[in-house]
Amino acid sequence: MSDDHVYLSLTEAGPGPEGEARWAYGTGFADPLLGVDAAAPEGVDPADLAAYCLMLGDDALVLSQRLIQWITRAPELEEEVALANLGLDLLGQARRLLTRAGQLDGSGRGEDELAYWREESAYRNVRLVELENGDFAHCVVRLLLFATAREELYRRLADHADPVLSAVAALGVKELAYHREYASSWTVRLGDGTEESHRRMRAALDALWPWLEELFTPHEVELRLGVDPLPLREPVLASLERVLAEATLPLPAAPGRAYVNGRAGRHGVHTEAMGPLLAELQVVARAHPGATW
Amino acid sequence: MVSTLRERAREVAAAVPDPELPMLTLADLGVLAEVDVAEADGAVTAWLTPTYSGCPAVAEMAADVARRLRAAGFADVRVRLRIDPPWSSDRISAEGRRKLAAAGIAPPHPGGLLQLAPTRRAVACPQCGSADTEELSRFGSTACKSLWRCRSCREPFDRIKEI
Repeated sequence: MSDDHVYLSLTEAGPGPEGEARWAYGTGFADPLLGVDAAAPEGVDPADLAAYCLMLGDDALVLSQRLIQWITRAPELEEEVALANLGLDLLGQARRLLTRAGQLDGSGRGEDELAYWREESAYRNVRLVELENGDFAHCVVRLLLFATAREELYRRLADHADPVLSAVAALGVKELAYHREYASSWTVRLGDGTEESHRRMRAALDALWPWLEELFTPHEVELRLGVDPLPLREPVLASLERVLAEATLPLPAAPGRAYVNGRAGRHGVHTEAMGPLLAELQVVARAHPGATW
Repeated sequence: MVSTLRERAREVAAAVPDPELPMLTLADLGVLAEVDVAEADGAVTAWLTPTYSGCPAVAEMAADVARRLRAAGFADVRVRLRIDPPWSSDRISAEGRRKLAAAGIAPPHPGGLLQLAPTRRAVACPQCGSADTEELSRFGSTACKSLWRCRSCREPFDRIKEI
């Protein structure tokens, strides 16, 4: 056994946890739900539950991709580390949710197949998370809007009948509390900062606010599952209002962004920012089909 | 017989060090949830509860547990995940907290993630014990740590976050 020899233990052809070889730290654990009971809960339509896990998983995956694009671009090293940590939390949630979706939809697709081999129109994320990164004020505002809404949602999903969804939510609500606090403190610091930082925060709020409404607009799958997001709206807006007041920023009044023939992100209708994002996310997997890393 | 084997397997798995905090064992950290030995065939199953959703060390933990168990003579070893109930910083044992402090990492307050603000409790510097410390960044070198600095001895230090 090469237990204490780093090189040998990494290059060993096996036995890993399930016999696979690994070439680098942090790789090679194929299934983020390994050994977790895969049965669907009684009385819940597996196809609907799969679709819902895909929606939440895609939100997390796409926003984590946007966050890692800040690496080498953030204003300070500490913020780069912070944004990477936030992205890692979301990626972990996405891995479990996508794996769960693949278990439930009967297709046998794993997280990698769902992340790398779906076309844009098969992605079910809200459009807020896919928009271009913009400046750091945009980064902070998007995080504030998303984290406040997602924390509120996870709090309600923590006792969901599905054991995977409830476990993701129970841990996620604590992770998202850290994300919300990070975004809140930057919102106050920049909003109540210099003339320039205040101007940029207002511009970011005006640009992103119209996309918030999509997070509260129920999809038929959510209605059938009894997880209507509309009741989140009031507590989320109240929480945002408190933070913005402290940041000396006005609560935007802009209406929600229009749907396209009644369809938006949850139906696979995305903005023009989505294509390039997916191209970057998927290029390595598609250039080397079947490769593992 | 099985109960002796189970105890032995549990001992072996519990002694595996954490890949990112090697001064702690997986048992100290509260990541090792359960170890069982099947009566029928002697197969060992170890269940791990990852810390954060995106913890990248899970693969290493699982591989290390499997390797140590095989090295201890258990032929049939499986490592599984248990995500419910989720990990909490409250699962770090008293011994684990002592080892963290001895290694210069401030342990988390008990009580998990109660309230992030405004009632933040003082954090003692693990080097000199001073309570005059400040948080530099809520996010550190791994998902579970934040970055602090002591105003008395001027040393920076890591701290395990409450979750």
